Amino acid sequence: MMHRLNLRDALAGLIFILIGAFFAISTRSIEIGTAFRMGPGYFPLVLSGLLVLIGAAIVLNSLGNGTNESLGSVPWRGLVLVLAGPVVFGLTVRQLGLVPAIVVTSVLAVYASRRSGIFLAAAMAVGLTLFCLAVFSYGLRLPLPLLGPWLRF
Amino acid sequence: MELFSNLAMGFATAAEPVNILYCFLGVLLGTLIGVLPGIGPTATIAMLLPITFALNPATSLIMLAGIYYGAQYGGSTTAILINLPGESSSAVTAIDGYQMARQGRAGPALAAAALGSFFAGTVATVLIALFAPPLTRMALKFGPAEYFSLMLLGLIISIALAHGSVLKAIAMIVLGLMLGLVGTDIYTGTPRFTLGRLELADGLNFVAVAVGVFGIAEILRNLENERDRDVMIRKVTNLLPTREDLKAIFAPILRGTGLGSMLGILPGGGAILSSFAAYSIEKRLSSSPRRFGKGAIEGVAGPESANNAGAQTSFIPMLTLGIPANPVMALMIGAMIIQGITPGPNVATDEPELFWGVIASMWLGNLMLVLLNLPLIGLWVRLLTIPYYVLFPTILVFSAIGVYSINSNAFDLFTVAVFGGLSYVLVKLGCEPAPLLLGFVLGPMLEENLRRAMIISRGDPMVFVTRPISAVLIFLAAAVLIVVLLPSVAKKREEVFLEDA
Repeated sequence: MMHRLNLRDALAGLIFILIGAFFAISTRSIEIGTAFRMGPGYFPLVLSGLLVLIGAAIVLNSLGNGTNESLGSVPWRGLVLVLAGPVVFGLTVRQLGLVPAIVVTSVLAVYASRRSGIFLAAAMAVGLTLFCLAVFSYGLRLPLPLLGPWLRF
Repeated sequence: MELFSNLAMGFATAAEPVNILYCFLGVLLGTLIGVLPGIGPTATIAMLLPITFALNPATSLIMLAGIYYGAQYGGSTTAILINLPGESSSAVTAIDGYQMARQGRAGPALAAAALGSFFAGTVATVLIALFAPPLTRMALKFGPAEYFSLMLLGLIISIALAHGSVLKAIAMIVLGLMLGLVGTDIYTGTPRFTLGRLELADGLNFVAVAVGVFGIAEILRNLENERDRDVMIRKVTNLLPTREDLKAIFAPILRGTGLGSMLGILPGGGAILSSFAAYSIEKRLSSSPRRFGKGAIEGVAGPESANNAGAQTSFIPMLTLGIPANPVMALMIGAMIIQGITPGPNVATDEPELFWGVIASMWLGNLMLVLLNLPLIGLWVRLLTIPYYVLFPTILVFSAIGVYSINSNAFDLFTVAVFGGLSYVLVKLGCEPAPLLLGFVLGPMLEENLRRAMIISRGDPMVFVTRPISAVLIFLAAAVLIVVLLPSVAKKREEVFLEDA
């Protein structure tokens, strides 16, 4: 079956249009100025306008330029868990300390893979914690507390 | 001669024990990540950037540079031995290198790659030493108009050299430029696009963006099809190339070095493009092009020399002008800024030890790579048996600690996640991530020079074409853009990249 629309291009163009529009709208509260004395909003406004235009051009190009190419598989579980990794690390490291943050992040990461399992998660958590402590705390002497205020008695 | 005294000073700096140690660590680490697919020099340097804060400036740049050119070496080893290019720049090496390995000639193939890389590295080091001072002197005369035009030309060349759709490459650059403007405006103090977050007042954290775009997105790509790697370790015997081999690789190494040195200076291209170009040139010039793809040693020597030369000459615009030619150079600029050094033509005069030390260290590093790699090949190949489900959690945790340690700021980690996700989606939709990072670094510089030029000219945009140097640069930029957008060229360009893929 022939598709009349190149989905890949259409989506990419749409993303550019949306981001460009968002930035353009955000410059409304910023002084634009003139070409002689450019305000803080001048260059960003030009760029965001350009981005919207290019995005539109990409979308137009995608019409009638279709292929049967699919977008391929998306590793949904991996996507969620890998992106959650840094976020959870950021939320835990200050209050709970470095060690718990590493443990939680490595367990999340292990479960992002289809090869995950409790044994692997435990082994990786222990191994990575020791490895990171050796490299960052002992080797590079980063001043990050191993256990945060919530875990100190 | 000035050149020799400069190089002597450079070698004195590079030969300090601490610098030798970190140069060694850099090339070792570079080879390691070069061997491992799924993690490249950009992500590694981004991860390690915060850590270099503890080192002195010259030492940190020497180590980071070592990672970059070390990765070019490592990538070729696995390309030859198991047909698995660790880096995209060694993808062409796999074509003939692996065939040679199957014919039991892995040793000569590895030796050709190593000799070619070493020769290219040596020549490129001399080229940098020769061309950096005059370029620096010229750059010191540049006003804001010239800088703006030069950056514009650079960005447009990087569009021309980017893989895939021109429009998407332009969009990625513009998006990067815009993201680079997030934060407080330097002239008026107005917060821009900060979403009311105090953490964004200084702009998006560059390291966090780089880790997200190159580290996290790459993990997600790899999770799409997890497979076991079948690693068959063949014993590598007789490393020494025969007399005929040496004769066959002599000219390709020279040509590859020349080609790579030229392409490396151009923004965007660098190592990857030069290896592809070198391969097609060797094939075209060969008296027996049929052998290519079936184990021609020229097809290994040429591209490997080219990618190493290109990797090294890409330092020239970074060191002399403060303008990055590729994302790795953008990270180098980030490393300098972390150290309190303003990148640009002043580096050569204000920090001569650092400037020449980094250049000299490249030659030492290349020497180490030759000595280090050939005997350790067995070890590198065994590294490939590390399963990905062990590797990527390690990368993820290291990235998190590295990014957090810059500002002890959780917000930077949210940035990592947002840009990891965004970049994954964009890559999936066929947009190359490298131009985005390039734009991100150039955004503030481009704006500053544009505004300054316009203030000086009292709002007359003709300033960009009335000043001669600027006019030439603008003219070149326009010419490149028109050529790239010409329908016939665009079509041809697509074919070229399809062939490569």
